[in-house]
Amino acid sequence: MPPSNTDLTGVSVISAPQSALPADAYKIAHYTIVPPRHYGRILATVLILAVLAALIRAFAVGDIEWRYVGLFLTAPAIMTGLANTILLAICAMLLGAVLGVIFAVMRLSKNPVLSTVAKLYVWLFRGAPALLQLLIWFNLALIFPRIAFPGLFDLRTVDVMTPFVAGLLGLGIQQGAYTSEVVRAGLLSVDRGQYEAAQAIGMTRLRMLRRIVMPQAMRVIVPPVGNEFIGMVKLTSLASVIQYSEMLHAAQTIYYANSRVLELLIVASIWYLVIVSVLSFGQSFVERYFGRGVAAVRHGL
Amino acid sequence: MNSTSTSPIVRAIDVCKRFGDFDALKSVNLEVDAGEVVCIIGPSGSGKSTLLRCINQLEQIDGGAIWVNAELIGYRREGTKLYHLTDAEIARQRQCVGMVFQRFNLFPHFTALANVTEGPVQVLGEPLKQAQARGRALLAQVGLADKENAYPSELSGGQQQRVAIARGLAMRPEIMLFDEPTSALDPELVGDVLSVMKDLATSGMTMVVVTHELGFAREVADRIVFMDQGEIIEVGLARDLLSSPRQKRTQDFILAVRA
Repeated sequence: MPPSNTDLTGVSVISAPQSALPADAYKIAHYTIVPPRHYGRILATVLILAVLAALIRAFAVGDIEWRYVGLFLTAPAIMTGLANTILLAICAMLLGAVLGVIFAVMRLSKNPVLSTVAKLYVWLFRGAPALLQLLIWFNLALIFPRIAFPGLFDLRTVDVMTPFVAGLLGLGIQQGAYTSEVVRAGLLSVDRGQYEAAQAIGMTRLRMLRRIVMPQAMRVIVPPVGNEFIGMVKLTSLASVIQYSEMLHAAQTIYYANSRVLELLIVASIWYLVIVSVLSFGQSFVERYFGRGVAAVRHGL
Repeated sequence: MNSTSTSPIVRAIDVCKRFGDFDALKSVNLEVDAGEVVCIIGPSGSGKSTLLRCINQLEQIDGGAIWVNAELIGYRREGTKLYHLTDAEIARQRQCVGMVFQRFNLFPHFTALANVTEGPVQVLGEPLKQAQARGRALLAQVGLADKENAYPSELSGGQQQRVAIARGLAMRPEIMLFDEPTSALDPELVGDVLSVMKDLATSGMTMVVVTHELGFAREVADRIVFMDQGEIIEVGLARDLLSSPRQKRTQDFILAVRA
């Protein structure tokens, strides 16, 4: 039992002390404090361990040749797929971030044309499924057979629109629509007084955004964007349908040949988990950097 | 933009400002000479902060005109036409006007020193070393020489407001505007900020101070402006206006504040 106000005498200390009580009844500073027992935690641990054991057993006795998982984990085709997944995720996210910032600033602009265009962009590219957008970019040649700028270049669309380029545009542009909303939330989170203080020392709007507003908005922007980056890593698997040889595509190509379906899916899952773990780790550093000067609640809300 | 001795630092002529249906400023006229300290007092909602914000173009005026340092603000005059200035031109006009806010508005992601050097380095293009040396001197001037590496969140309200004053001074302004600089402070911290402002006034800085500190106004101000309901009701020398106000509304306000 934790020490409480009524432990010693049954009389609440808050009420006026009774004169009859001996003086040493209040000298309890040297008593041992017994911490509370967390029975809930113990019970939860036992239950979860039991479920985990059952799962592990199911995978161990199931029809999975674990040998193959080890064998293919570092196979050259899987490694190429891994590299392509990372490449596409980073490029598409960069494109999304750039578009996100541009359209968020446009959306908050005083210029009604810019802000309407930004609204339309978000509406359109957030509205259509990512898979569908990938397919449209990949088949762009059906609408625009050639991409040309008079005097500079003239190319066949099928040559330009490789699976990588289609994947980059499809995923990056729809990501930009989501990211612009995150960036807008970040910009709105910065106190009005910060805008005014920046203006008062003679900053132009662009410099104010770059030096004062964006660095503070980043504190709000980073956690959801980290979340979206992780989503993007997994979203790249959609590019397998347009023949981009990312990781899922590589795993599929192998299991079509050797029929070790589950083994190769496990291989792919392991690598996705590795990438996501590295990203989560990196995110905490970025958050710390942008959180400087701010005493934030991190744990134990 | 040379200031000549004949023209005042601020000249506001028939300034009007509306927020929707509300007339925040109704044809306000005010002149502030170089080296002068003007305190604006009045009940809340009287338009005193709005007037200050119009001088720094944080609010756009709806009527009248304001000259700062003999330069018409917000517009370029060509013949009988007025053209709106661009964002960059307005930013340049603000450089010679320092502003201190009620809620400090320090940049929380910069240290005290970086708050002070941000303007000179980014806006005026001063070399970092030079700006830092001057920034340290300014922090010393406001009594915070030992706090240059502290972030705003590590400083008390009074200390933050003194950093904000140093930040404004770093731009070498022709005039400093103070918008209720002590209203957000705990009572025991007000004195430090007021004494820094007093030193500044003694050094000859032109200042316009919106304040509720009548004691400060009496001691430091050359003139006091009393505003009510968007109008300047009375302007007078500091002693005269506080001890023998001519207008009924001024008398009522001073009695109410004293009570």
